[in-house]
Amino acid sequence: MDEHLGTGSRWRVAIPLALLTGISLPIAVGYIWIGVSTFSQRTFGLVPVDSQGNVGGLTLDNWSFLWEDPKIWQVTLNTFILAVGLTLGVVLISALAGYALSRISFPGRRPFLATTLILHAFPSVTLLIAIYFVLRWLAQLPLVGRDLPLIGGIGYNTLGGVILVSVGLELPLGIWLMKGFFDNISWDIERAALIDGCSRFRVWWQILMPLIKPGVAALSIFSFISGWNSFLIPYTFITTMEKSTLAAYLRSLLSDTAPVNYSTVAAVGLFQLIPVLLFFFFTQEYLLNIFSGGTKGGT
Amino acid sequence: MTTIDERIPSTLPVTARTPWWSNLRRMVAPLLFMSPASLLVLVFFFTPVLILFGISLTNLSSSTGFRNWEWVGLENYRRIFVHPQSVDVFRNTVKYVLFTLALFNVGLAMVLALLTTHIPRRTGFFFRSLWLLPRITPSVVYIMMWKYMAADAPYGILNQHLFGPLGVEPTNWLPAQAWAFVILTNGFVGASFGMIIFTSAIESIPRDYMIAALVDGCNLLQRIRYVILPMLRWPLLFVTTYQTLSLLTSFEYILLLTEGQFNTEVWSLWAYQRALNNYWGNFQWGFGAALAMILVGVGLLMAVVYMRYFQFNQLVQEPKIEAL
Repeated sequence: MDEHLGTGSRWRVAIPLALLTGISLPIAVGYIWIGVSTFSQRTFGLVPVDSQGNVGGLTLDNWSFLWEDPKIWQVTLNTFILAVGLTLGVVLISALAGYALSRISFPGRRPFLATTLILHAFPSVTLLIAIYFVLRWLAQLPLVGRDLPLIGGIGYNTLGGVILVSVGLELPLGIWLMKGFFDNISWDIERAALIDGCSRFRVWWQILMPLIKPGVAALSIFSFISGWNSFLIPYTFITTMEKSTLAAYLRSLLSDTAPVNYSTVAAVGLFQLIPVLLFFFFTQEYLLNIFSGGTKGGT
Repeated sequence: MTTIDERIPSTLPVTARTPWWSNLRRMVAPLLFMSPASLLVLVFFFTPVLILFGISLTNLSSSTGFRNWEWVGLENYRRIFVHPQSVDVFRNTVKYVLFTLALFNVGLAMVLALLTTHIPRRTGFFFRSLWLLPRITPSVVYIMMWKYMAADAPYGILNQHLFGPLGVEPTNWLPAQAWAFVILTNGFVGASFGMIIFTSAIESIPRDYMIAALVDGCNLLQRIRYVILPMLRWPLLFVTTYQTLSLLTSFEYILLLTEGQFNTEVWSLWAYQRALNNYWGNFQWGFGAALAMILVGVGLLMAVVYMRYFQFNQLVQEPKIEAL
């Protein structure tokens, strides 16, 4: 902030920098390990070793799950569908609601906003037990409950059910953010369009949505990552591995009764991590914005 | 067209020209916009709260099945009260929330915000991004990294690179120091939230205050104590309340790390394991629902209180288009 002021300024930067590096070390170590481990037979600490324990033993064998385990691509596809479904659902539904809450005055608007805000703070994981029963009920619905292509249905033990729950639980955050994006857009264009006889729906889709593209992008990236990463909801509500997601698959590898071979498991972990890291490197600024808008879940 | 005319009240006497169905039409648009969101909120927030409360009054479990259950009134709540595990779990929950919050989600978050705003901008941004990584890493992968750090010699990173050279007897540190790892894993994720909020608050402190403090001869610590911290009172309160609530109910990382073994069972994990996830396949939905209902009560109460505190009315301005 004031590194150019006065003498001793070099220390004023060096000391915080050293402290920061020190406390950030565990994060760096974790990622370095996962990188090293996936290409080694074993690792002692961060050092790759071969089966005799000598330094070396670099290999690509850990990645053989990509062509040897038939489940991996099914599970990856499921995870991708979950992430895309969550993104589409959250962005569209909260953009619709966010627009109405920001621009239209209607009875019930204030109560709905208050509810959204409370739910945004409210910890939704506490409701998982009850949601289990909701999903079991949805599974009994004719047609949509089971037997939908691609997502299986919208009930218990289907990918669609997991998508639906995830969308529902992320909506308060999405609506709140979207309302904020719409609030920041000037009224003039919209007013002109409405006076010219444009319908509310067209105003929303053709005029306002293009104007909040950065916001939509940020929320999309956030939702995609949270869908791609999500563990608890698929793990709780999907019992068949073929229908499940990467995180649950990785968990099943880690909790095998046989001793865990960390190098092969690390390869699966890195496989799941790669898209997240790509997003992270190219879109950090978007993500920082979303998190400053207040996130929930986890800690 | 009539819907548009209504919005120019200053020039036209609107009511006289509004047919009865126009009011209806005015209601249709918001209804259509709001219905998907309302439906989902209804199905996944309101209904579950009611269901949860209902189930907590029954003895529903996998041994009664979905047919032979009975209403038992407040029996489940009474059982929680006299349960031998309750005191331990309650103590664990307080310990978990308190330590993670004080040391990481508020404490370290503040330290990170202060440090990254007192070094060159780009470097500060780099470190803040780095601290965002644990949050966006898949939880299973993240916990796997920590498990490997704690693993026994010769594999574990701590044993190999830190304790080994120091001559400490190697062991698997996860069971040995389970609480340290519970707090570390949650804290490294949790710190970034406060860090981001505090950073933007620090950056919005007017420069004049800083310069005035510098002119008066304040050193860095005095500036933090007398200028920065007093101006961060609201962000501090916000982060503390918000994170208390989310820590109180979060259990994903503990589930992955220890599954509640080594005396690390917390309240939310207890509810989850009783009702949805345990080795014995004996799911006590009634008892689990009662455990969760207590958290829902606390959560609702805190959420409402905190919405009042953080001035809801200022956040909800009326839409301008109706007031043209």
